[in-house]
Amino acid sequence: MKSLASLRDLKGRIDSTKKTKQITGAMELVSASKMSKAEQNARGFVPYAEKLQEVVSSIANSNTDLQHPMLTKREVKKTGYLIITSDRGLVGAYNSHILKNLINKIEQNHSSKDEYTLIVIGRKGYDFCRKRGLPVAQSILGMSDHPSFADVKDLASEAVQMYADEEIDELHIIYNHYVSAISQVVTNKQLLPIENIEEQSASASDYEFDPNQEEILEVLLPQYAESLIFGALLDGKASEHAASMTAMRSATDNANELIGDLELSYNRARQAAITQEITEIVGGVAALE
Amino acid sequence: MSTLEVSVVTPEGPILEDSFDMVVCKAETGEIGILPKHIPLVSPLQISIVRLKKSGDTKQVTISGGFMEVQPDKVTILAQSAETADHIDVLRAKQAKERAEKRLQDKSDTVDRYRAELALKRAINRLEIANS
Repeated sequence: MKSLASLRDLKGRIDSTKKTKQITGAMELVSASKMSKAEQNARGFVPYAEKLQEVVSSIANSNTDLQHPMLTKREVKKTGYLIITSDRGLVGAYNSHILKNLINKIEQNHSSKDEYTLIVIGRKGYDFCRKRGLPVAQSILGMSDHPSFADVKDLASEAVQMYADEEIDELHIIYNHYVSAISQVVTNKQLLPIENIEEQSASASDYEFDPNQEEILEVLLPQYAESLIFGALLDGKASEHAASMTAMRSATDNANELIGDLELSYNRARQAAITQEITEIVGGVAALE
Repeated sequence: MSTLEVSVVTPEGPILEDSFDMVVCKAETGEIGILPKHIPLVSPLQISIVRLKKSGDTKQVTISGGFMEVQPDKVTILAQSAETADHIDVLRAKQAKERAEKRLQDKSDTVDRYRAELALKRAINRLEIANS
């Protein structure tokens, strides 16, 4: 009797694993299509970013004694960290990599909570910070899968404003950079003050500036910083979907393996039951003779 | 006759790429018209409507500020948002206009008047070219 019960047990487990496999398989496909859309979004952003970069660097490099608070290092009393996490789980180690990097940074550089503040995108990061009592200055939860610039504009301009108001003296951004569908790398960049503006090729022309360089920088630099935040968000979203796809694929693979194992034990148990029955019958016949 | 390659680019991708005879837009220092072979120029733009002229036709694009970069045969406008007439959500623009007007009428100090004014400007521009 015991073997019958375990047979039914095994059957049940096989069925439920198969159902889980169907779900993870479907989620993998969904993530794959979201990822390609997110990749496309990130590509759409490239011309804007490149042009902006080109103009910023042509101004910054043509005139080395240009002064602007966003280009000048000052004594750091408070650091801002902008972290980009996901709203949902099921994305493998996507969030934990970012949060681990954040905690390392904080432990290395700061001795008290007054020395830093956090700007958080994504529920996972938000919950994490709340649970640990880390200071969160601003947050966005429930960011769409394919964010538009308007979604992040307010947060980005407020982050830049915090720097301009000297509430923070440095702004770092931590997110997962999308390398390929199977590889995402935690990236930690200093956003403000703007440093290392890449030298452009000689093609950058000598511009006339209307009204003058200072006032253009006044408009340009915040726009530049905001665009970098948006770029990081797009990059992070592509990584999120890629991570989710990978996680779901390995879940599907694991389910397949588990189903294989369970089916093997099921067949063994079934065979054992049959063998036992035959032995019993043969034993019974032998007793009658 | 030479023409200008014009591209209007936002963070969400290029909105418009075409060649035109003349570009008229509102720089911070006032209205400015760009013809082919203009000297390289960089200038911030106001929240305004950019007019692009090609053989008698005028195409209009709303922009929410940003700036333009001019080269002798090319004009690039970089704005945080930009729309051509057929891409404007009229209903949304109307709602935005009403909301901004209400905020401006509100006398309390909590209202960010500057932001409401900017929002109102954007909405008016959108409605104007959508109805033209």
